[in-house]
Amino acid sequence: MITEQLFTLAWILVKILAILLPLVVVIAYTTFFERKVIGYMQVRIGPNRVGPRGFLQPWADVFKLLLKEIIVPSASNRFLFLLAPILALAPALAAWAVIPFDQQLVLANVNAGLLFLLAMTSLGVYGIVIAGWASNSKYAFLGALRSSAQIISYEIAMGIALIGVLMAAGSLNLTEIVMAQSGNLLSWYWLPLFPLFVVYWIAGVAETNRLPFDLAEGESEIVAGFHVEYAGGAFALFFLAEYANMILISVLTALLFFGGWLSPFQGIPVLEEAFAWVPGIAWLLLKSACFMFMYLWLRATFPRYRYDQVMRLGWKVFIPLTTFWIILVAVAVRLGVGPWF
Amino acid sequence: MVLKRLKHFIKSFTLWELLKGLRLTGRVLFDKKSTIQFPDETTPQSARFRGVHALRRYENGEERCIACKLCEAVCPALAITIDSDQREDGSRRTTRYDIDLFKCIYCGMCEESCPVDAIVETGIANYHFEERGENIMTKEKLLAIGDRYEKQIAADRKQDAPYR
Repeated sequence: MITEQLFTLAWILVKILAILLPLVVVIAYTTFFERKVIGYMQVRIGPNRVGPRGFLQPWADVFKLLLKEIIVPSASNRFLFLLAPILALAPALAAWAVIPFDQQLVLANVNAGLLFLLAMTSLGVYGIVIAGWASNSKYAFLGALRSSAQIISYEIAMGIALIGVLMAAGSLNLTEIVMAQSGNLLSWYWLPLFPLFVVYWIAGVAETNRLPFDLAEGESEIVAGFHVEYAGGAFALFFLAEYANMILISVLTALLFFGGWLSPFQGIPVLEEAFAWVPGIAWLLLKSACFMFMYLWLRATFPRYRYDQVMRLGWKVFIPLTTFWIILVAVAVRLGVGPWF
Repeated sequence: MVLKRLKHFIKSFTLWELLKGLRLTGRVLFDKKSTIQFPDETTPQSARFRGVHALRRYENGEERCIACKLCEAVCPALAITIDSDQREDGSRRTTRYDIDLFKCIYCGMCEESCPVDAIVETGIANYHFEERGENIMTKEKLLAIGDRYEKQIAADRKQDAPYR
């Protein structure tokens, strides 16, 4: 009995590692990819000195960060100061538990998966707020304040956008949401829920504190915002959390609006058979990679929003827009429009 | 007025200007990159480039400097210090010729003022100091640079000669 339980526990741990280790490698290379893409968009070539074509650059960065000293400011709250990066990272990683990579490939096939995700992505803000408060520095404090205000306002728009998805799919289970989109390219939810998709995406960028919504960090105004006092490994954890969240939002967008692991050639006579050998996870990763690229593209293109503009966009544009579209979706679901509802 | 507002409304809701911005950066992504990979490649340099200093010699090995102290006098940053004395053969020479590279503003007036083309500013732009005091270029160090890069210095002077 006990051995059986231990075996189950070990098996779950193996599965967790199977998700987290590749995730960390992907995060490392996302930073490299980011510097390359932004470099290219600024007519530069980006890092290319460490290893062949710069491919060992992320490892150089990782070891540099981990070998550095973690400085704890004397005026800070030591316990909370060190707890904050963990609080930021833990939800970002925990959210991956419910992500289905293929029809059967999911760590925890929870019925309220979408709800769990919303909860986890929201919890991340506590890490930031606590970091800003515990640092006992005015820049960090301002960053934390901005971050909490921003996340609260965008959470609502994001939540409402997701209501549209779950009304269309009739389920909170992520696997079922993806399966409800099967058919062909046009039966994915991006088409009927297009405004919701755009709002969800922009709110997602704002939630992860990425440019053009990186007010919490605001390098040119509040130095580095909430993590201004952090160095070395503690800073690396914030970095990891930010990128884990970015990848999570990309994967989620692919799952909720772009048919997850479903082949884009589904329902097209010849191509469907021709691409039948491609595993579903490859499609999911490919779609997510497109959204990751979108993150970097946005960062390379737009200047940072002003604080009041961010608030205006969240409260006066996104929330009315999503609410309006939710009503339309409700009517469409009632009438059973098209292949979607 | 109404039409203008409608136009603005449509424009902002289709994210028109943002898409235009994205198109621009998207296009630059595929542009030819203008990066110069520094240690392997360098930017073209003028013969008039004013880098670190050097003291030159005549072809027979005699140092050019006659300790006239014109450079010391003209130096706007007061970076040059010269002491002079009579050599055994009776000629006037420097016993000390120091340039403080922290004070120097690389204006090139020392070179302009020199009647015997002794002090010059070479094209060497990449140099560094590792210890305190290394910023003081002594006579020995300046002569050593001159000996080492004489070919380059002479070529640069020759190329610029018609315009002087």
